[in-house]
Amino acid sequence: MEETLAELRETFKSRRTRPVAWRKKQLNAILNLIHDNEDLIFKALYKDLGKHPTEAFRDEVGVVEKSVRDSLSCLEKWVAPKKRPLPLVFFPARGEVLPEPLGVVLIFSSWNFPIILALEPVIGAVSAGNAVVLKPSELAPACSKFLKETIPLYLDKQAIRVIDGGADVGEKLLNLKWDKIFFTGSPRVGRIVLTAAAKHLTPVTLELGGKCPAILDTISNSAEMKVAVKRIAGGKWTPHIGQACIAIDYVLVQEHCAPTLIELLKKSIREFYGENPKDFKSISRIVNKHHFERVHNLLKDPEVASSIVHGGSVDEEKLFIEPTILVNPPLDSEIMTEEIFGPLLPIITLKDIEESIEFINSRPKPLVIYAFTKDEAFKRKVLSETSSGGVTFNDAIIQFICDSLPFGGVGQSGFGRYHGKYSFDTFSHEKAVLYRNFFPEIGPRYPPWNAFKLLFIRLIYRYDYVGLLLLLLGLKRY
Amino acid sequence: MIEEKESEILQALYKDLSKPKLEAFISEVHAVKSASNLALKELKSWMKPEKVKTNMSTYPSSAEILPEPLGVVLVISAWNYPFLLSLDPVVGAIAAGNAVVLKPSEISPATSSTIARLLAEYLDNSTIRVIEGAVPETTALLEQKWDKIFFTGGGRVGRIVMSAAARHLTPVTLELGGKNPVVVDSNVDVEVAARRIVAGKWAANCGQICIGADYIITTKKFAPKLIDVLRNKIEEFFGKDPTESSDQSRIVNSFHFRRLANLLDEVSDKIVVGGQRDESRLKIAPTILLDVPENAQIMQEEIFGPLLPIITVENLEECFGIIEAKPKPLSAYLFTNDQRLKKKFVQNVSAGGIAINDTILQVAQPNLPFGGVGESGMGCYHGKFSFDAFTHRKPVLYRIFARDSSVRYPPYTPKKEKIMRALLSGNLLRIILTLLGWSRD
Repeated sequence: MEETLAELRETFKSRRTRPVAWRKKQLNAILNLIHDNEDLIFKALYKDLGKHPTEAFRDEVGVVEKSVRDSLSCLEKWVAPKKRPLPLVFFPARGEVLPEPLGVVLIFSSWNFPIILALEPVIGAVSAGNAVVLKPSELAPACSKFLKETIPLYLDKQAIRVIDGGADVGEKLLNLKWDKIFFTGSPRVGRIVLTAAAKHLTPVTLELGGKCPAILDTISNSAEMKVAVKRIAGGKWTPHIGQACIAIDYVLVQEHCAPTLIELLKKSIREFYGENPKDFKSISRIVNKHHFERVHNLLKDPEVASSIVHGGSVDEEKLFIEPTILVNPPLDSEIMTEEIFGPLLPIITLKDIEESIEFINSRPKPLVIYAFTKDEAFKRKVLSETSSGGVTFNDAIIQFICDSLPFGGVGQSGFGRYHGKYSFDTFSHEKAVLYRNFFPEIGPRYPPWNAFKLLFIRLIYRYDYVGLLLLLLGLKRY
Repeated sequence: MIEEKESEILQALYKDLSKPKLEAFISEVHAVKSASNLALKELKSWMKPEKVKTNMSTYPSSAEILPEPLGVVLVISAWNYPFLLSLDPVVGAIAAGNAVVLKPSEISPATSSTIARLLAEYLDNSTIRVIEGAVPETTALLEQKWDKIFFTGGGRVGRIVMSAAARHLTPVTLELGGKNPVVVDSNVDVEVAARRIVAGKWAANCGQICIGADYIITTKKFAPKLIDVLRNKIEEFFGKDPTESSDQSRIVNSFHFRRLANLLDEVSDKIVVGGQRDESRLKIAPTILLDVPENAQIMQEEIFGPLLPIITVENLEECFGIIEAKPKPLSAYLFTNDQRLKKKFVQNVSAGGIAINDTILQVAQPNLPFGGVGESGMGCYHGKFSFDAFTHRKPVLYRIFARDSSVRYPPYTPKKEKIMRALLSGNLLRIILTLLGWSRD
């Protein structure tokens, strides 16, 4: 591993990764990798996660393509130095901010979206001109193997490497000195990564998770209510049956709307997955036994079990858990304190929808808050009185593909952001550059100090040019 | 506060560092005033949500990015510019709407207590507090959970701060230091260059400044001339015995005095200018050394004092190898009239910031970010960057209920997949054709 890092450092030092042509070549290579191997990717995703190809395309392959295309078309703009205006007092001088790559970067990706969460940061890292080591998650072994075997066939081996393995490999990598670490995963491991990075003063981006709430306000138009609930159902179960950092974790709704919500949710589940979701091909499964047990255990608490109003069945062999709806499980139960990351949807009823603000604020800041409402005042309240990585109104998940919006957390949901230009920025150092000339020179800049110089400088800083003139003409006392 | 209590502040700075009044005024008092004025002027525009464009894939929608405060932030400042490095970040934190705890450095006690007293008098005590103290107090503060930590200081403590922050997943900005190189070409106006180097070393808190010139690289041929002119300028600015000059700060305390004395003792045979010291008054004269060995301690650690080694090379291009072999510094300086060299330097030297043909001034520009990279730190501030350092920029996507497409939902059919592919391609023609059923794939 040290050898790999040393080799990549040499590559970076040789400035091989700097030219825009090299970066574009890598980006095109990623595009070709995806196009040539789409079937293999679908197979690997199905093997690891039971993901249907359409979901796999929508959430992984298609998004990679889109990101590469966007980066290719914007790269020249991103790489260009940005001129900054300077105050007149410094005339003649020129200022600019020049983005430069950080060096050799380490990317940890997660198991739930193993292709996009690996390649999206890589796209940012190579756009910014860095050398990259990618460590995919061992919990998605087929995808990890695919990346390890295929990336060297398309991307520059001297600058981009894939190292696979388990936690021990991750630990070894963390002991080395990187110029940046990009981590997607849980807060627990996020702390480990950040602590290791601190030893080397390595800057970090942490994309963590959280309990993303959906607030459902009263929507009087029944057609719109149907759409809202369908989107909530979509936001819970269609991203890999809830195993997504941006999936809806729980819903907050006013008491009197709850029955309608539950009915419409049941309807959506039937529409998506038919009468027997277990047999349905469009449904993903839980990634492995450990997580299956974790999610299943959330239902074992008798008070939680008794709050189930739909679903609840499991099939351990198939690692299948039915889309399940619960109403008001105890707030101190694990299902309401831990990120669910599974197909269980608690509904919490409130007397007044405004209580949702306090409810959310008394918990760690989530990655996203979803609010379904047509009340403009309430929208403003949600925006200004809660804090989260991001907010989406009247829909769910879809903000992920909006490249002009930064994607990242705050507080326990992480820090740093990416997507679009933000990916480029997260792997760049913005270097400030000031250009000066030798002429003119201002005497009062230099010692020995005296009262004249003090006044001169005071006047300059106030941009008091008249006063300056008077001082220089000897008409001002100091 | 600054306008009314300027003389008190200047007095505290003099007590802690023997900082000459004018230097203190420009680099500390005025700088904070200027940061505050800028924030006052620009606050409305900084706080405004930023509208962003959305593309076909989320049509119809609108989007914006909303700045919001992080919460309760901890600012830990340093002793060398104790007023500036305490209040500059605090201005940013307040502008961004946070509550603030400020921990000034105990190594500049007069300024620390002045700041504590004045902030309590002038600012909102319910949201802005100063906690004074040394290592035990700082350690206790670091055990708490903050929404952001802003630290100015050395790399060793920077690591401690970041490790403590890691436990709570707290984001940090670390403004550290480094060995800032000054490369001097021979085709320059040597009088002006020398003046600016002297100003950026000895007229800046006696070299105790994170962006100060640490060492010079120049050609063997040019070195004697450069040393000569530097010697003249030093005398011009500080007189024949600089340790007597009131225009020079002193070394902050005996610990640092001895540290610098040790650096000097190891290479005392290389002194070509200066070298005088007075431990009782904690003064060391501006000292220039020529061609100290690379493995001498003075070339291994950040000097942070009035010692200036000059490394000579045959060809100035060798400077790149020398600079690259050291950790990335906070700033890098180049004096030249050669456009090609300027370009090469700017492109190839990785540093927090770069100034061509001057020193230090790049941090006085509010439009340029001030921060390090690698060992010199992470994050940046000044101007709007200060506001941003203490802000979470929250993305907001607005959608409407109309035009909900069933394509997004299971059961997944080949037709849905086709439409999805077209939508994600962003190609309008393809989308239309697909929706009309005319697409071939």
